[in-house]
Amino acid sequence: MNIHASNVKTDKQKSRIGLAIADGDIHPRPKSSTALFPYLATRWQEHLSTYGLIPRHGYQVGPAYPKGNPDASRRDAYPPGGGAPGSDLDFMRAQLLDSHNIELGILNAITPAPGNAQNPDLAAAMCRALNEWQVAEWTEPEPRLKASIVVPYEDGQAAAKEIEHWAGNPNFVQILLMSRTADPLGQRRYWPIYEAAVRNNLPIGIHAFGYGGYPVTGSGWPSYYIEEMSGHSQCCQALLASIILEGVFEHFPTLKVVLIEAGFAWLPALSWRLDNHIHKLKSELPHLKHTPSEYIKSNIWLTTQPMEEPSRRKHLSDTFDWIGWDRLIFATDYPHWDFDDPSEALPIRLDETKRKALFRENARHVYGV
Amino acid sequence: MFYDMKPIDCDVHPAVPGLDALLPYFDDHWRETLVQRGMHELNSISYPNNSPLTVRKDWRPAQGRAASSLEQFQAQLLDPFNTRTAILNCLYGVQLPFSEDMGAAYARAVNDWLKREWLDKDDRLRASIVVPMQSPELAVEEIERLAPDKRFVQVLVLVMGETPLGRRHHWPIYKAAERHGLPIGVHAGSSYRHPVTPVGWPTTSTEDYINQSIGFQSQLASLISEGVFKAHPKLKIVFLESGVSWLPSFLWRFTKYWRGLTMEIPWVDRPPDEIVRDHVRFSLQPFDGPTNIDDVERLFEHLGSDELILFSTDYPHWQFDGTDALPEGIPKAMLQKILIDNPKSTYSRLQETG
Repeated sequence: MNIHASNVKTDKQKSRIGLAIADGDIHPRPKSSTALFPYLATRWQEHLSTYGLIPRHGYQVGPAYPKGNPDASRRDAYPPGGGAPGSDLDFMRAQLLDSHNIELGILNAITPAPGNAQNPDLAAAMCRALNEWQVAEWTEPEPRLKASIVVPYEDGQAAAKEIEHWAGNPNFVQILLMSRTADPLGQRRYWPIYEAAVRNNLPIGIHAFGYGGYPVTGSGWPSYYIEEMSGHSQCCQALLASIILEGVFEHFPTLKVVLIEAGFAWLPALSWRLDNHIHKLKSELPHLKHTPSEYIKSNIWLTTQPMEEPSRRKHLSDTFDWIGWDRLIFATDYPHWDFDDPSEALPIRLDETKRKALFRENARHVYGV
Repeated sequence: MFYDMKPIDCDVHPAVPGLDALLPYFDDHWRETLVQRGMHELNSISYPNNSPLTVRKDWRPAQGRAASSLEQFQAQLLDPFNTRTAILNCLYGVQLPFSEDMGAAYARAVNDWLKREWLDKDDRLRASIVVPMQSPELAVEEIERLAPDKRFVQVLVLVMGETPLGRRHHWPIYKAAERHGLPIGVHAGSSYRHPVTPVGWPTTSTEDYINQSIGFQSQLASLISEGVFKAHPKLKIVFLESGVSWLPSFLWRFTKYWRGLTMEIPWVDRPPDEIVRDHVRFSLQPFDGPTNIDDVERLFEHLGSDELILFSTDYPHWQFDGTDALPEGIPKAMLQKILIDNPKSTYSRLQETG
């Protein structure tokens, strides 16, 4: 949500939501570029120091499109003891978990993002390190937090191996992919990930961002960060269409997919578009036994941040109605600049059942916590 | 019957019957070259010839290409829909060749073919100027060449090309279009310089088509962010075969980011939804909205303006059956606007020529 700097709340202020809630998208981050070294073999420490991550874009350090704020973060999210926003558990407890009464926080470690690395072995080693770091430094000390297994998703087999390594570990409740992959996520190269997810009863969380190597538009590279940022919703529409049309949910009917931080209001339109065209083109897709909207209603969840903000509030509740109140999971995106405050982000009044579903029960259901 | 109003159909597709039909419209050099090289047809994979979507079943002739003759148009479209005016958007793939010169030669041939074989033969027809987007300079040349003929009412480009449409190197095209009172029609389709999806190449034609609406969303972001409308205050953009149900949520999201990121694009000095209301229009078919009447009414409420939508059949693409081009649930009061008033106020040249 957009907040003027003068209105930024301090951690002293009490949550006004009056309900212990779940937060579907929190970003923990290593304190420094070497903070993961204790979890990395010397060979990879040296590799990182010498060559860096080498992502699928041109800069050694930093994003392809400069962000709107330093570290894309709230200016008040820098821990007083130093380090990057999201890197200090105590400060996160105070500023986020305690002050907003969060009883279940889902960690999505996206910085660094080893899935973007061009070197697949480095990607696998860094994913393992990030996962060990999450357990040791976040979820074990803080039981309100649950982590997502970061995987080297461009290598389906290696990703499945990483999932199996952590299977059954109660610190993890989800598998994390980024939305901008090298191919659309419905394609076969990613199926070992879905197979492992279903086998271990873990939802797949797909977080916006990443670099798969292709432009963020079908017409080439845009000029501005705002285009990349708004374009993440297009990426999610494309990957969802791919997952549905390739028949992923026919093969893995129990697979749960949570789309994170790519907006949600676009879903009804995509769902209608898919349904309208699929019946004309079914000769190309004989493997689909259900309509796209049926798969969407049964296998897809979305987090709410960044909350779409129509000028007429009723339009937002129409949209929730279309998507279904059981499909949306509230998320803050702490500590990023477009943080959604649970007591202010939702501009419509909800009855108790819907409020509980959105702010807590849907997350509990999907993550089995 | 709505069609008593005599609609203006803003998106129909005449097909080039074959390269032979175009050859008379090339100069000697190109005619010889194309024959010598055994040039294939520029039929884009956006619309596979035999795909059910490309041609509605009852519009597919026993032999020859659908929608490739005036007689087919008259019998299947202009007469049954009681069409006042139909705007021809030829989708022959002039945007596909990598050579700028070849793209320009094809564009000239297609435009001259449209003039002689279509516009000269039926008063109800108008056309869009196809342009070689491979070169803004050659595209402007083609606009200048044809603009004096008032039966050309628009400049036609594809939604996906080499670079986003807002990029400044395209602006000479917009300047020329604005000067001549020609909207820029942006039609579904790609020159396939990049995968149609922002996450790589799809595997099916269905996926390609579904992703067209995603391409339109990105282009709208580009056109607004780069400041195209600030620099060209009279320019109109018409999204053709774009779908329209994605627009409200796109604008909610994009307007929110615009508020948060104005420092990046300070020249965008008013809300994106206002810019769209003043400058951007959408053809009706394919209407990719809900099927329930109550939901259609809600969607139109979300669109927030009765001036955005222009009637289209998208002939001969299969978007509806019979003559049911108007989805149920469109507010009755809006019909006159969609069928006639909005097209007329969008295409200023329709007012001049009737």
